[in-house]
Amino acid sequence: MALTDTTGGQAVEPAPIEKPQGYWSGVGARLVRDPLTMICAGVVLALILAAVFAPLLGLADPYKGSMIARLKPLGTEGHILGTDEQGRDMLARLIYGGRLTLFIGLMPVVLAFFIGSALGITAGYVGGLTNTIIMRTVDVFFAFPSVLLAIAISGALGAGIVNSLVSLTIVFIPPITRVAEAVTSGVRALDYIDAARATGANAWTVIRVHVIGNVLSPIFVYATSLTSVCMILAAGLSFLGIGVRPPEPEWGLMLNTLRSAIYVNPWLSALPGVMIFITSLCLNLLSDGLRSAMNVRD
Amino acid sequence: MSVTETYAPSADTGGPGQPLLIVRDLQKHFPVSGGLLGRTQAKVQAVDRVSFSVKKGETLGIVGESGCGKSTTAKLLIGLTEKDRGEIIFDGHALGERLSLKDLRRGVQMVFQDSYATLNPRLTILDSVAFGAQVQGLADPKCLARKMMDRVGLDPNRFAHRYPHELSGGQRQRVNIARALAMSPRLVVLDEAVSALDKSVEAQVLNLLGDLRAEFGLTYIFISHDLNVVRFISDRILVMYLGEVVEVAPVDSIWAEQAHPYTRSLFSAMPSMDPDDRTKEPPLVGDPPNPINPPKGCRFHTRCRFAAEACKTKVPKLAGLSGNADHLVACHLHDAASGHPKAGQGVPA
Repeated sequence: MALTDTTGGQAVEPAPIEKPQGYWSGVGARLVRDPLTMICAGVVLALILAAVFAPLLGLADPYKGSMIARLKPLGTEGHILGTDEQGRDMLARLIYGGRLTLFIGLMPVVLAFFIGSALGITAGYVGGLTNTIIMRTVDVFFAFPSVLLAIAISGALGAGIVNSLVSLTIVFIPPITRVAEAVTSGVRALDYIDAARATGANAWTVIRVHVIGNVLSPIFVYATSLTSVCMILAAGLSFLGIGVRPPEPEWGLMLNTLRSAIYVNPWLSALPGVMIFITSLCLNLLSDGLRSAMNVRD
Repeated sequence: MSVTETYAPSADTGGPGQPLLIVRDLQKHFPVSGGLLGRTQAKVQAVDRVSFSVKKGETLGIVGESGCGKSTTAKLLIGLTEKDRGEIIFDGHALGERLSLKDLRRGVQMVFQDSYATLNPRLTILDSVAFGAQVQGLADPKCLARKMMDRVGLDPNRFAHRYPHELSGGQRQRVNIARALAMSPRLVVLDEAVSALDKSVEAQVLNLLGDLRAEFGLTYIFISHDLNVVRFISDRILVMYLGEVVEVAPVDSIWAEQAHPYTRSLFSAMPSMDPDDRTKEPPLVGDPPNPINPPKGCRFHTRCRFAAEACKTKVPKLAGLSGNADHLVACHLHDAASGHPKAGQGVPA
C-alpha cells in the first residue's frame, strides 16, 4: 500500500494523497512556538486547576479563624503566606478564592461572547432595519462607563454572586456585539458569501458554513482580552461590597478586608492584588498570543 | 454509477425553440442616501431597460467599459441583487411566478472574477465545491465534487484538502468553475471569469469552458471587457453603455459592421496586431457620464460624433437593421423616422 506510506522518501505515486492539515492544528503549532504565551497559558491553567482541585491539595480550612493568630507575616510556621485579619490561612484563602474570582471573572465574558456574537452576527449579516435596532440599542449602553454600569446594575439587583454575574454579562455584551457586527458586515460584503448565496442556500446555512468560521476567531480573541477587565471589575464589585459577601474568600473582597491592615502588614494586604494582577496580565498576554497564532493570512 | 445521473441537466421544459433565458425591461437603480436624515438623495441608474434573450446552447458575450452595468446585470440574473423592475424568464418560467429563486439558482450558476475572494478561506477546496450540491440536496455531494474537480483538471487526490491560498489563480478559477458545474446548471454566467488570469492560463480556461459547454450542453453568458476573448467564445455579442443595451448581434455580423457609434469606438480601441492596420478612428474622449444623472435621450449623445438634436431628446429603440434582422441596434442613425438629419443612413464611415 504505497498510499499509506507517509515517510515520503520517494515520489513514486503520481498523485500522493495529501494529508489534510486542519486550521486548528496550525494554530496549535504556532502557539507552541511562542514561549511567552505558553508560560501565560501555564500560569492560567495552574490557577484554574488549583482552584478546581483545592480540596485535594491538603490546605488549611479557609473559613477557620483564630483570634490569637491574626495577621501573621509571610513565612510563619504552618501559614506560609501568613494569616488574614481573622487569623485564617492566606494560602488556603487565596487558592479557594480563585474559585469564585475566576468564575465571576470568566463566566460573564463566556456568556457575553455567545449572546454578543449572536446579536452582532445577526445584525451584520441581515443589515437594514434589524441592524439599526440591535446596534442603536447596544449604543445606549455605551453611554455609561463600564464600571459605573456594573455598579449600577449590581446595586439595583442587590449583592450576590448571581447578580454580579448578570450585571457583568450585561456590561460585556455591547462591546462584543460591536466587534461581531463590524467583522460580520466586513465578511458579508465578500464575494464568497455571494457565491454561497448563489447556490440557493438559506441565510442560516450561509451563516453557519461561511460566516461563523471567518468571524469567530477575531471575536474570540477580543473576548479573551476582556476577561482581565472582567476579573478586575468583579473584584471591584466585591471590594465595594456589592459582589461576593463575606466570609466567602474572593480576591477583591479580601483586598477590601485587608485594606485596614496595610500599615501593620503591607505584604500580606498586597497578596490578593498580586493574584489579580498576575491573572489579568497572563490573560491579556494569552489573548495577544492567540491573536497572532490565529492569523493565517500573513 | 448513480453520480453520473446527477450530472444530467434538469428537464428541458420548453423544447429547443424556447429561449433558455428571456430578460425583459430589467431595471436596477441604487439609491444614494445622504444628508442629515439619510434620505435618498439620488439614484445610480445602474441598469435600465435591459432586454435580451439567450437561446439554448449559445454563448452570449456582454461587453462594455467599466461601470456600464455588466456585473450588475449578472447579479440581477441570479438574484444576488434584487431587481427594481423587469422580468426574468428561465426556460419559459417567470421568476417569482412558477419559478422560485432557489430553483433559478439551481439552473443558473455564476463564476466570479476574483477567484480568491469567491472562495471561503476556511473551507477546503472539496468542501467549497460540494457546498452547492449539499444545499440543493443532490446525492453524495463529496463524490460529485471530486468528479467535478477531476473534470476541470484538478486532481482531487492532490487538491481536495487544500485551502484556497495554497492554489494558483488558474487553479482557483478551475475550482470556481467546478463549484458552479457541481450544481449541474443549464446556464452559467461568467462574470469576467478569465480577466484576472494571465494569457496562457486564460487560454487553457477558455478551452476548458468550451469543452464543458459541449459536454454538459451548457449555455453561457460571458461577461468581459476583452473583445478578442468574447469573439473567441461567443455566438452573439451584446454591447452595453451606461446601463443600457446599445447593440446585440451575432459575432460575425458585429465584426463586419459595428452599427452603433459606441460599438465602433469600442472596437477601434482594440489594439491591432498588424502595424499596417492601425486604428484610424479617433478614440472616445473623456469618461462615461455619471450614471446618477445620465444624459437625456440617447445616453451616448454627449460623446457621440454624430449626435444631433433628436439624440438629446428621444430615447432610441433597439431594432433590427434593415438588411439583417438579427443585428439589433439602438441608434437614431438607423431609424428612418427618428428625426435625425442623417436618419436611416447608418453610421457614416
